[in-house]
Amino acid sequence: MSMNQRLARVSEIIDAHGAQPSQLIAILQDTQSAFNYLSQEDMTLIAQRLGISTAKVYSVATFYENFSLEPKGKHIIRVCDGTACHVRKSQPIYDAIHDYMHLTGKRKTDADGLFTLETVACLGACGLSPVLTIDGEVHAKMTPDSALALLDTIRKEEGLAK
Amino acid sequence: MAKGIMIIDGVRVPFDGEKNVLAVVRKAGIDIPTFCYYSDLSVYGACRMCMVEDTKTGKIEASCSMEPRDGMSIRTNTAKLLKHRRMILELLLASHDCSCTNCAKSGNCRLQELAQRFGVRHVRFPDTRPRYEMDYSSHAIFRDPNKCILCGDCVRVCEEKQGQGILDFAGRGSELQVMPAFDKKLSETKCVSCGQCAAVCTTGAITVNDQIGTAWRAIHDPQKRVVVQIAPAVRVAIGEEFGYAPGENILDRIVSALKIMGVDEVYDTNFAADITTITEAEEFLQRLQAGGPFPMFTSCCPAWVKYLELNDPKYLKNISTCKSPMEMFASVLKEKYAEKDAADSRTTYHIAIMPCTAKKMEAARDEFFHNGTPDVDLVLTTRELVDMIRETGIHLDELELESPDLPFGLGSGAAVIYGVTGGVAESVVRHCLPDKTKNALRQVRVSGIRGDEPIREVTYDVGGTEIKIAVVNGLVHAKELIADVEAGKRFYHLVEVMSCQGGCVGGAGQPYGLTAAKRERGKGLYAADASALFKRAEKNPVVTAMLADFGPQWCHDHLHVHYGTEE
Repeated sequence: MSMNQRLARVSEIIDAHGAQPSQLIAILQDTQSAFNYLSQEDMTLIAQRLGISTAKVYSVATFYENFSLEPKGKHIIRVCDGTACHVRKSQPIYDAIHDYMHLTGKRKTDADGLFTLETVACLGACGLSPVLTIDGEVHAKMTPDSALALLDTIRKEEGLAK
Repeated sequence: MAKGIMIIDGVRVPFDGEKNVLAVVRKAGIDIPTFCYYSDLSVYGACRMCMVEDTKTGKIEASCSMEPRDGMSIRTNTAKLLKHRRMILELLLASHDCSCTNCAKSGNCRLQELAQRFGVRHVRFPDTRPRYEMDYSSHAIFRDPNKCILCGDCVRVCEEKQGQGILDFAGRGSELQVMPAFDKKLSETKCVSCGQCAAVCTTGAITVNDQIGTAWRAIHDPQKRVVVQIAPAVRVAIGEEFGYAPGENILDRIVSALKIMGVDEVYDTNFAADITTITEAEEFLQRLQAGGPFPMFTSCCPAWVKYLELNDPKYLKNISTCKSPMEMFASVLKEKYAEKDAADSRTTYHIAIMPCTAKKMEAARDEFFHNGTPDVDLVLTTRELVDMIRETGIHLDELELESPDLPFGLGSGAAVIYGVTGGVAESVVRHCLPDKTKNALRQVRVSGIRGDEPIREVTYDVGGTEIKIAVVNGLVHAKELIADVEAGKRFYHLVEVMSCQGGCVGGAGQPYGLTAAKRERGKGLYAADASALFKRAEKNPVVTAMLADFGPQWCHDHLHVHYGTEE
């Protein structure tokens, strides 16, 4: 999809919300679900069309954890860090995946653009803890090793060597 | 508006229309501390320093966000409140780069002042923040996020007064910062360099780009002939830093101080403002004959020019092609001093002392560079000159008075009012009106062209044609006016726009001051006009003789500039 096509789509989303500044969050959400992240061009266009400053749009987009300002990977991993999972050692699982993906600083997506690593507060599957989801599918009673094995399998399916 | 009586610290205080309890408390003579409260801006309620205690319930609340009620009884300095204020200060200091001794804002810093006032001598918490990168990219201002306390004054002035919204908060919690969109450098944004963010900053997080070192190097260089021009608004504000009242005109002391500091020649921007009036009035009369394009916008304010360029370039053709007085002065100086430079093999180094941060940006524009050097070598703000005078230890009140040098030190009353909102328009009107009597001047003066309102409209009869003029101060109001003009709701022949509240007297390079001080400075300029030897630009004998000598072709080539178009 070219930049122009993408911005045309963003413009449609803005129109669908009546180009109202009060709909800013809804517009950002819809834009994110269309492209899985918000680009600078998206936000600049939204600001322009709503008649508010770009700094304001950026301010809202950076306030909410849910908005991503970088492209996400093909597969989204969410490690549950709710109370039950946390007590049953979800942190080492997160750390292992973090290292596996060679993430540094605030980056959540690996260099190949294959995986994005996030945490989630509680999936309501505490009986299966610790859990993680990959593209929405729940994997129960994880350990660092079993989690990495799942990622290895996906890499193989994608035709990428370990 | 609510009316009634409040009890503040046991004393009955009447209120009548004050917008919040804080204003009533201050009226009662108690200087309640604040960071995020800035009376000219909207209420934000973030810093919590202005909290007061309800005597009946013992509840504490931020007085900036409370409406005064009849019978309300509060205390402003209980043990609980003092403890809270000290704690807030300690936490702010813990996440602040406390390098006060070499901070540009030292002595004018609200955080420093209040920390001293509340006796915070020890900070128990370490600063855990990463070191943020500083932003040196702007010609006008300098950002050091390590000194930001997140009061948001800059965010609100940029949005509410200037309509720009360049700065805003980004991130959340401990990662919250004030920055331009996408954490860009100011030079990569649509910042117009008006500097009002620096004027309201409570700490040293945003300061004016300091070029004092460059100025001293030039002054101390024997190969350089340092020639200074001083803008009108500087003379009525600089005294505030030396104990004079706002509005007191101390030009003659400043000239004397500059000479002692080693400046070779000191001139007055008023001289060039007279050239601007004549040139701009000619252009205006030509447009009247040609039928447009209208409105003709004034071109003296560089932040305004920049605003149109970045946001509404289709209006660039409406901007007067006249250079600003500062740049006209530079053109005249270049022309006149080439010979002088050749004769004594020194180079003329031209410093402009301005009330304005955007002038630093203007001086750096490509249009004002010739043969690789800027027409104005250096722009210093009023406050930078204050710092230089302080550095020398000169006592202004003990100086012998000295007037600006001739020939470029002579200006009319119409020139000195360039520094106050409405002044440029008034000068042009004085020049255009066929009636040259004193009475005509008086009529213009009381026509509504002067005043505080952000947008003022006046109508004059010029040779049978009704001329509609608008005067705007504050960029947010200029935006408003353009929108109305575009919608066909308003029509004007001439629109004067000054980006800062009150005009140049309220410029960001001036001593820190609120609306009241800016108003006094404006009055000071009107007083200077009233006592001026001559009140019309065309009565300036040096200017008229020089323009005749230069001839129309030279004037066309050197006094005009075409922004955003190639000619």
